[in-house]
Amino acid sequence: MFRNNYDNDSVTFSPQGRIFQVEYASEAVKQGSVVVGIVSKTHAVLVALKRNAEELSSYQKKVIAIDEHLGLSLAGLASDARVLSNFMKQQSLSSRLTYGRAIPIERLVSAIGDRAQTNTQHYGKRPYGVGLLVAGVDETGPHLFEFQPSGMTQEMVACAIGARSQMARTYLERNLDAFASCGREELVKHGLRALKESLAQDKELTVENCSVGVVGIKGEGMKSIEGFKLFDGQEVQVWVDMVADGAEAEGESMEVDA
Amino acid sequence: MNHLPQAWGRPRDDVYGPYDSSYLQSNQSHGPTQHTQSPVVTGTSVIALKFKDGVVIAADNLASYGSLARFTDVKRLRKFAGTSIVGFGGDVSDMQYLDRLLNSLDIEEAYSTAGHTLNAKNLHTFLSKVLYKRRTDFNPLWNQVLVAGLDDDSKPFLASADLLGTTFSAPSLATGFGAHLAQPLLRKVAGDEEAAAKLTKEQAIEAVKESMKVLFYRDARSLDKYSIAVITKDGIELKEDEKLENQSWAFADQIRGYGTQIN
Repeated sequence: MFRNNYDNDSVTFSPQGRIFQVEYASEAVKQGSVVVGIVSKTHAVLVALKRNAEELSSYQKKVIAIDEHLGLSLAGLASDARVLSNFMKQQSLSSRLTYGRAIPIERLVSAIGDRAQTNTQHYGKRPYGVGLLVAGVDETGPHLFEFQPSGMTQEMVACAIGARSQMARTYLERNLDAFASCGREELVKHGLRALKESLAQDKELTVENCSVGVVGIKGEGMKSIEGFKLFDGQEVQVWVDMVADGAEAEGESMEVDA
Repeated sequence: MNHLPQAWGRPRDDVYGPYDSSYLQSNQSHGPTQHTQSPVVTGTSVIALKFKDGVVIAADNLASYGSLARFTDVKRLRKFAGTSIVGFGGDVSDMQYLDRLLNSLDIEEAYSTAGHTLNAKNLHTFLSKVLYKRRTDFNPLWNQVLVAGLDDDSKPFLASADLLGTTFSAPSLATGFGAHLAQPLLRKVAGDEEAAAKLTKEQAIEAVKESMKVLFYRDARSLDKYSIAVITKDGIELKEDEKLENQSWAFADQIRGYGTQIN
């Protein structure tokens, strides 16, 4: 039944130097549906594939707005993401109340990183079973951060986590050079195309299973920002149509494997 | 009218009568917990004026012990993060506490993540919350502070916060006795934001220096040694050992017991 003796808690190392509970938590992230994030010089976008547990149920929420200037998307246990996002909302609000300032993205991500890390160092606690992509803008411009259950956080240019996300990552790596100069629309389209790569054979992007989150800057620094906005349902129709099979055939050359 | 820090935050005696403290036991072991009810070593006015590119702020270098001019080299303008100045009026030990608090905040900010700084507006918001929290605990920090620097849009920023947590903003501000004596003089130079936006740095410095002189003439808790700072986009010019120049005591010629008496 047990793989070994070293996975009963998250504070014990295996002789190979691994902490199995943390690795299992990462598996939970890989079970979650895929989310993609990309950042350019002016915008950061999150694109997510939503799943419904059954035909009759609604789709699970994948993108959460935290504050005017940032939001996140999740892959893994949605309830753990709720705990983390509620904490992030509190921190953002506290920064606005005490300093009248939008919290710097890096600082907020470090804060949840620290929280997740303590879970891997205290007996009786468990790691968060969720991975996050955090997108936002602050006075140093747009940012995208990745968060893992281990407590690891890092800034990314583009990132995809969740089930079959390797396909999306391959797309992102192939188009990496284009992202920096992309406008908002182009960036969303890249995100959706990356998402499409990760789709299972019989699935396609629809207005039901797509969520898009966009945030950006309009001028220098934080003077005028395009606040984080979540697009769902009919609001993503135009984008979904744009990247649908066949729609891109003319004009752009389709990438074909040799 | 009573400008003295000892009277700040109290109902006016001339309106409400003196506070009836007879119900309080003189023995401290009875009755409610009491925190600082009056300041001990105090600094007098801080004055500040906005101009088109920044803010000028000044305060003298005196810390009084009641009416005794006890310490004559106290710096009441404190730098924050190389971008803002906080000028402190009121209790000096509370000023030193706030200064330590701001220094640790500055270090915390600088260490955590690069590229993010708290500007004067952020600093003022923070200070006003600290002051309000302390007054709500019935343990106020007996200060009125002026925060000078730049706001989110790099425009000149000047605002005040006091021991009650009250905040106020204007093109010119003054605390303590300066609120009565210097403020009208500064308003003559810059009555509103438009007028302040036309002032040059030299005009602003001149107006502040002139106001400091008038304060030294008429405020018995003041000193002719003072600090003055000019905050612009380019940084802070802080001079902490200035002396009032071109004093004229001619107006006090016939008054005995006023100014420096020779005979």
